[in-house]
Amino acid sequence: MAASKDKQSQRSIWVFGDYRNYFQNRVTLQLLSRATDLAGRIGARVCATVFGHEVDEYVGEYIAHGAHTVYVVDDSRIKDYNVDTYASLMVWLIRQHNPEIVLVGATTFGREFAPKVAKLLATGLTADCVGLDIDEEGLLVQTAPAFGGNLLAEIVTPARRPQMATVRPGVYREIPHNYHATGEVLRLSLPQDLPRPRVRLVSAERQVQREQRLEEARIVVCGGRGMGSLKRFRNLAELARLMGGEVGATRPVVYANWAGQDALVGQAGRHIKPQVLLAFGISGAIQHTAAITGADFIIAVNKNPGATMMKLADVAVVADANQTCLALIKELKKHLRG
Amino acid sequence: MNLVVCIKQVPAVSELPWDPQSGTLKRNLAEGMMNPACRHALEAALRLKEIHGGYITAISMGPPAAAEILHEALALGADKAVLLSDPKLAGGDTLATSYTLGRAIYKLCPDFDLVLCGCHTSDSETAQVGPQLCVELDIPGVANVEHLQVRGRTLIMRRLADNFLETLEMDLPGLVTVTTKQYLPRYASLGGLNEAFQSSEVRTLTAADLDLDGDKVGVAGSATRIRAVYAPQAAKENVVLKGAVKDIVEELFNRFGDRIAGAIGKDLNGRQ
Repeated sequence: MAASKDKQSQRSIWVFGDYRNYFQNRVTLQLLSRATDLAGRIGARVCATVFGHEVDEYVGEYIAHGAHTVYVVDDSRIKDYNVDTYASLMVWLIRQHNPEIVLVGATTFGREFAPKVAKLLATGLTADCVGLDIDEEGLLVQTAPAFGGNLLAEIVTPARRPQMATVRPGVYREIPHNYHATGEVLRLSLPQDLPRPRVRLVSAERQVQREQRLEEARIVVCGGRGMGSLKRFRNLAELARLMGGEVGATRPVVYANWAGQDALVGQAGRHIKPQVLLAFGISGAIQHTAAITGADFIIAVNKNPGATMMKLADVAVVADANQTCLALIKELKKHLRG
Repeated sequence: MNLVVCIKQVPAVSELPWDPQSGTLKRNLAEGMMNPACRHALEAALRLKEIHGGYITAISMGPPAAAEILHEALALGADKAVLLSDPKLAGGDTLATSYTLGRAIYKLCPDFDLVLCGCHTSDSETAQVGPQLCVELDIPGVANVEHLQVRGRTLIMRRLADNFLETLEMDLPGLVTVTTKQYLPRYASLGGLNEAFQSSEVRTLTAADLDLDGDKVGVAGSATRIRAVYAPQAAKENVVLKGAVKDIVEELFNRFGDRIAGAIGKDLNGRQ
């Protein structure tokens, strides 16, 4: 116990263990990786939390991915992934240990959970960050998109603690699994006075959908009205197949039935964050561009060099979208041969 | 039902009046509109009122010009509209905003059954005010709701969360944030809008009217500070390629082949 008392006085960076959809959603591991980098700069420990029932596999995973300490509350009474219950537990733990920074993955769950935790602690929270850094004063600099990603804001929480952020999945790369890593596991029993959840889960059905495929894809080939026809739009699927990517579409394309609703990339559809985005014949309406702010590298193809999409791109190709797509397919086949 | 809808005015622009020289947003040039998700939240309230009867109070916080969206809410069927407008409230983060809205709701409609908010705004996109407002009001709440059904004093909600289609329930009073997937909003007729702007009344309240704690509102009450705002695309090189398609594609592979190969996860040097 003496050892952990010492550790309590040391600064710490916490990552909330959001393990639902573990195999598709690696955001907790990505945050452990970033927390490890940041912790090195401020001399802090990296801690993770795991709440739920029969959750030991995640405890081991988090240690193998960089956590020094894992706080575990494992109880059949909290097996449901309940925002309010998990928020109460998080607040209870944060009040005991006073971490410097608390990071939460910007999943649907995380983006409801973190605001409640921050409000209960009366501290600051930055939403859906695409960058985290430490400044010369040791403050966490949180970079978050605004106005559909057309602007980025750098936000800090100067005085209140912890400094909290939800972080967009896919921004950071996880540290490779280290089987030799060791960490401290602190198992806590469910506090007696934990409030009963006021929101009851009636049912939860896992949806087998392509949404994660598009949202997690490293390459997305996206097409707009500039592709010209359904027949030509289908060429994008061939290109995506060759590249091991997914096909996305803009709203006019979905309205024209060249692609299904589930391929819609936009504010009302999927938000994507590929390493490479190829945008064919897309003008760049804000409701679309808002959903591609996570793309690392954008290649836009459009006959009109003045299109917004062309301005947002890393590489703007002024050419016919379909012709370029066909030429890329041909060239890729050459490159991928042998 | 006693329904409260929180709505926000956001810039109505498809391209932002962004000044790359000064690095600021020309907000004064941007026309305002009701935030899309707030419009869906209002629609959900209007449909609940149609089924169960009741009274809708629309509340907004913002500059005096935000009264516009409240007039529109009245034209669409809201019964009362209140604007919280005070320079002291300006610049608040979600912590301060949820406090302000919470206090206003308690003051204006203490017997509310349900508070509805949009799931996120199109300008700051935090999606935090709704969840923080239910902590402020100390009521149960659910974010990103797609379908609502009232049965007695229980609200049954459906939503998609991280690949799970969830059905949830809570006892009222409660709070929901509504997505833009369902509750396709109605639009007010031009005549209705005109009438609303001429005859309807939007009540404006200041921080003093609401007995707000000055340390909890606006910039003073905010835990976060914005240090810098910039356009991300300014950092991009924006290479322009033009000419014959064949040449372009070749150049693309020569210059950016590594980048593409990295994403594909395959070596692209199999070229003969």
